[in-house]
Amino acid sequence: MNKKPFSLHVNLDSFTPATEAEKEYMVQMRPSSTFFKDGVKRLLKNKVATVCFFLIVVIVLCAIIIPMVYPYSYDAQLGITPGKPVDASYNNLRPFEYGKTELKRMEAGEDIFPHIFGTDSAGRDYFIRVVYGTRISLAVGFFASIIVLIIGMTIGSIAGYCGGKVDLIIMRIVDVIYSLPDMLMVILLSAVLRQPLEKILEGTVLEKLGANMISLFIVFALLYWVSMSRQIRGQILSLKEQEYVLAARATGAKGKWIIMKHLIPNCISVVIISTALQIPSAIFTESYLSFLGLGVNAPMPSLGSLASDALNGLSSYPYRLVIPAIVISLIVLSLNLFGDGLRDAFDPKLNN
Amino acid sequence: MTTKNLFYILKRLLLAILTVWVVITITFFVSRAVPGGPFLAEKAITPEAQAALEAKYGLDKPLMEQYFTYLKDIVTKFDFGPSLKQRGRDVITVIKDGLKTSAKLGITAAAIALVAGVVLGAIAALRRNKLIDKIVMVFTTACISMPSFIMGSLLLVLFANILGILPANGAAKGGLILPIITLSLSPMANITRLTRSSMLDVLGQDYIRTAKAKGVSGSHIIFGHALKNALIPVITYFGPMLAYIVTGSLVVEQIFAVPGIGRAFVSSITARDYPLIMGTTIVLATLIVIMNMVSDILYKVVDPRITLE
Repeated sequence: MNKKPFSLHVNLDSFTPATEAEKEYMVQMRPSSTFFKDGVKRLLKNKVATVCFFLIVVIVLCAIIIPMVYPYSYDAQLGITPGKPVDASYNNLRPFEYGKTELKRMEAGEDIFPHIFGTDSAGRDYFIRVVYGTRISLAVGFFASIIVLIIGMTIGSIAGYCGGKVDLIIMRIVDVIYSLPDMLMVILLSAVLRQPLEKILEGTVLEKLGANMISLFIVFALLYWVSMSRQIRGQILSLKEQEYVLAARATGAKGKWIIMKHLIPNCISVVIISTALQIPSAIFTESYLSFLGLGVNAPMPSLGSLASDALNGLSSYPYRLVIPAIVISLIVLSLNLFGDGLRDAFDPKLNN
Repeated sequence: MTTKNLFYILKRLLLAILTVWVVITITFFVSRAVPGGPFLAEKAITPEAQAALEAKYGLDKPLMEQYFTYLKDIVTKFDFGPSLKQRGRDVITVIKDGLKTSAKLGITAAAIALVAGVVLGAIAALRRNKLIDKIVMVFTTACISMPSFIMGSLLLVLFANILGILPANGAAKGGLILPIITLSLSPMANITRLTRSSMLDVLGQDYIRTAKAKGVSGSHIIFGHALKNALIPVITYFGPMLAYIVTGSLVVEQIFAVPGIGRAFVSSITARDYPLIMGTTIVLATLIVIMNMVSDILYKVVDPRITLE
């Protein structure tokens, strides 16, 4: 060893090649993982959430594909053929029964696709109505959540980033909307909005959707953004104190740029989780309103309106209620459990 | 009571009053925005009759004046005006009549939900990860994920149609049993989960271990120490529970034909009886807002560890 401590001579002992044992430390044990990969791995470990995810995928695929290939249409009354009297034998068929003319055609050797769940009181194939109703309910849930997401994210991030008076005013408005009894306001608004909306929508593209559906979306846009914006605001409040925001501001970035490029991407896990949990609640609300007669316009079915229609013939045809009931419960349950799984996987901080 | 507590209560009270005012304002302006106004009848009436009606109910006055009269009538006299479809009856009498049945239904359902929920939750927490805990958790998950109208309809099919042991009509003798069960299941499931998780939290605390070490009997630990403290978070659920029962009763009364306020409300929607829609919304909304406020304040007052802000 070098005995002279102040000498500039380099100690050559430090530059010997590493031994095999030392090299072991530098070997990469496993490839580096990203936040997203980690989250997916944790999610896949959660068996309940994985099963629910596949269930959702299957239900969504069925709702999209089956109406394309199914031989009957959701609004075709099978007993009605133009120029002939109504064939009442098609109304209220039990599962796997056939109408009179169908029976004749079968005797002639034709293959007739069975009515798996029978038909309803107007002679419409019930299976396709359930599938189509699932499609409508899912679509309403999805689009309502997107609306909530956009509005909640915009207002929440503005409140969080600007702070001060803007934040104060927005948060007081949020407080009031938050303490409004949401269901009652939903019912009131959709009951009252329906009539004026019908007039406004006449002749536009949106007319086909129906005034009830539009009023449902308006109500969601007005009332349901508050919890989303609260969460986003909380995230942004803590994120905006980080150094990279200061650095961005120092290099002259504008507020809009900082929010869009720096803050929102960093609270994306909160956004995804609360959107995932918003969908079942939107489906819940839609089916509730449809049940009260404030949902989608007839003859378009939704799961709620199917259940509501089934109440009339309940004692003779209980399966007409049970089928949409099971589908709604399955969708809501699996979306909720999947959302919980997402939260556990992507936001481990929330657990503690 | 410190000044901080008083300040919190005052703040909460102001928010409640503001919310009720917003509800009244929204209902007023929304109903006036309907084309034809609240006197839109199916039968065409002559212009003179229309004018006479409008003069009688003050609809010819400027909008802001109508608004202030409406506000004043509600605040001072609970007067929501006459019902349009039920001739000769005021909205407030319709609401009062309906509330008698609905209150019976709602309060019983809430009481059952509370008792059954606390008992089930405590049992599940004490037998954690045993079979009974798992059964309780599966059952509560099913109850929560089922909308009230589906639960009601299924119970109706099962008990009234298939088994035939309970009446399907809510006005019959014993007819309130099924609606009460329907309304209480989901809040009960929520209370069960709330009690279970807070009970598990409390059971892990040091003072429980101290009590055990002192040789306090098991039942005294559960009832005297654990349950008492575990029930505090349940108070926060009172507000949401009332909101659930109110909205749930709208459909449940429809399914079981119970002559309550919920059924009056739903039929007023289809009949476009705007004063009744407005009046019922305001009364029910006020109830929910007050309950939310009371449960928030109670929660903070009962537990001295929680600082009021």
